[in-house]
Amino acid sequence: MASRKHLRSRASAWDRKYSPYLYISPFFLLFAVVGLFPLVYTVWVAAHDWDLIMGQGEFVGFDNFAHVVGQRAFWIALRNTLSIFILSTGPQVVAAIIIAYMLDSHLRARTFWRMGVLLPYVVTPVAVALIFSNFFSQRFGLVNSVLDTIGIDAIGWQSEVLPSHLAIASMVNFRWTGYNALIFLAAMQAVPRDLYEQAEIDGAGKVRQFLSVTVPMLRPTIIFVVITSTIGGLQIFDEPRLYDQYGRGGTDGQWQTMTIYLYELGWTRSDFGLASAVAVLLFLLIVAIGIINFTITRRIATGDGRKKTASRRRFAKGVRS
Amino acid sequence: MTASAPIAPVNAQADSGRTLGRRRRSAPGGQNRRPGFIVYGCLAAVVVGGMFPLWWSFLIGSHHSTILSQTSFPWWPGGNFLVNAATVMDTIPFWRATMNSIIVSTTTAFSVVFFSTLAGYAFAKLRFRGSGPLLVFVIATMAVPTQLGVVPLYQVMAALGWTGDLVAVIVPALVTAFGVFWMTQYLRQAIPDELIEAATVDGCSMIRTFYHVCLPAARPAASMLFLFTFVLNWTNFFWPFIVLGPQNPTLPVALQQLQAAHFVDYSLVLTGATLATVPLLILFVFAGRQLVSGIMQGAVKA
Repeated sequence: MASRKHLRSRASAWDRKYSPYLYISPFFLLFAVVGLFPLVYTVWVAAHDWDLIMGQGEFVGFDNFAHVVGQRAFWIALRNTLSIFILSTGPQVVAAIIIAYMLDSHLRARTFWRMGVLLPYVVTPVAVALIFSNFFSQRFGLVNSVLDTIGIDAIGWQSEVLPSHLAIASMVNFRWTGYNALIFLAAMQAVPRDLYEQAEIDGAGKVRQFLSVTVPMLRPTIIFVVITSTIGGLQIFDEPRLYDQYGRGGTDGQWQTMTIYLYELGWTRSDFGLASAVAVLLFLLIVAIGIINFTITRRIATGDGRKKTASRRRFAKGVRS
Repeated sequence: MTASAPIAPVNAQADSGRTLGRRRRSAPGGQNRRPGFIVYGCLAAVVVGGMFPLWWSFLIGSHHSTILSQTSFPWWPGGNFLVNAATVMDTIPFWRATMNSIIVSTTTAFSVVFFSTLAGYAFAKLRFRGSGPLLVFVIATMAVPTQLGVVPLYQVMAALGWTGDLVAVIVPALVTAFGVFWMTQYLRQAIPDELIEAATVDGCSMIRTFYHVCLPAARPAASMLFLFTFVLNWTNFFWPFIVLGPQNPTLPVALQQLQAAHFVDYSLVLTGATLATVPLLILFVFAGRQLVSGIMQGAVKA
């Protein structure tokens, strides 16, 4: 009897000590197998001749990287990726903040408006791309027809570089602006209301309040949104892949992005070595841009911090009193 | 607003602001503003702009493809939608793709919710050595573009003989860092420590405590996580496109096949796009409110 009791308390001690590790283990196991290992192994593949079918070949060191970097297509893909990323993130953040500001008021049927702006989020990017490629179709597209009726010449939405980037960025913006607006809306509601009152007492108008109170208070959220869209945006694939029926990013690579290039090397030309080299380079690019983002936002934070302290101190005083 | 716990402070502020605004007409900023016609007009434009592409898709899908080459566009649906839908279903394995998307999204959503709740419970409420650094590690992995490991991941799936099989899409998505983080954040506030202590004193094993104390409390956040995971996997294209063959696609992959087969025939392509969007629109009608509050809660905590 005594020993059984002893055994039970031993078991419960074990239970208490090791159960937490058991509970968190699924994530770590899965991440190790489908996340970390593939990423690390990508570097290994990139250092070899490696065919989709034939498998591993000779060790070639940096040859794959040298080859990729020597290709014109690589630099064009890099340019396209960055251009589409900037055209989608910039306007999107601005529009999302403005929409959030409009939502952050005494609206009738609040839930309806919030759901309304979120609707595009549930449309799969592939469907968005198909619909928008119809809008931007050069011959019978809606956009060019509308432009025609107001007297503007047809634009080569697919044949030219910048227009095609604009079209693809508009697909991204369509799907994500409302989503980000809700994130900004939540952050706006967390801004202490006294700050606005104080600003108004100081004689700030609506626009001034928006620029000097709302936007600075949103900075952490802006950083969050920009960083999330950096990680996703630089890997953009669905929208440019579906922008025409060939999926290769245009006749002359006008809108071929890095991931499309990666896919083409790996699965069309069966060269896993080159594809992995592109993956590694894209990874480094994402890290680099992440660091640049971080430093810029930090510099902005400290830079106009000096200017803003005075007014902020005034606000703080108001809050306290 | 069932999951009020994490956003309670924000709501309290908003509410006090609102009553304040009612009392004092001129109250400035934020919730206190009474929007005029301009705000309603702009918001209406945004919402209409969000719906227009879907309407357009249905509009073109309901006509014969020659409609696009005519001088003026149609503004009213035609009667050709069912005919087009039939052609779509002849071209791509539409029902199979729909079934596959349902299987993939449902399985991953259940799995992510279960494993994330389990891990989130451990991180939020159980004391164990290394819990702090391990949680930081989980959060850090959210910033890692793991999608770039596609080449070796494909090799792993090929070695397992899983290419072309739904398992290859499901397994990598069984649990996510975001899910673990999300549940950890929620459960911290949702379960009082005393409740767990009481269960332990009563001799509950760890897993029974999880089952009886944590699971009921986790429900609101769990249902939102379910929705987000469902939408994420339903709309996912890159990995399924690479690893699934044309015989056994998910809906986005099937849409791509449709486009490759019928690009010039926009009516058919857009009929397909419409058909593929309808299931999530139905979901949105019932769960859109939850998605909205889920995004807003996540933002406050992030």
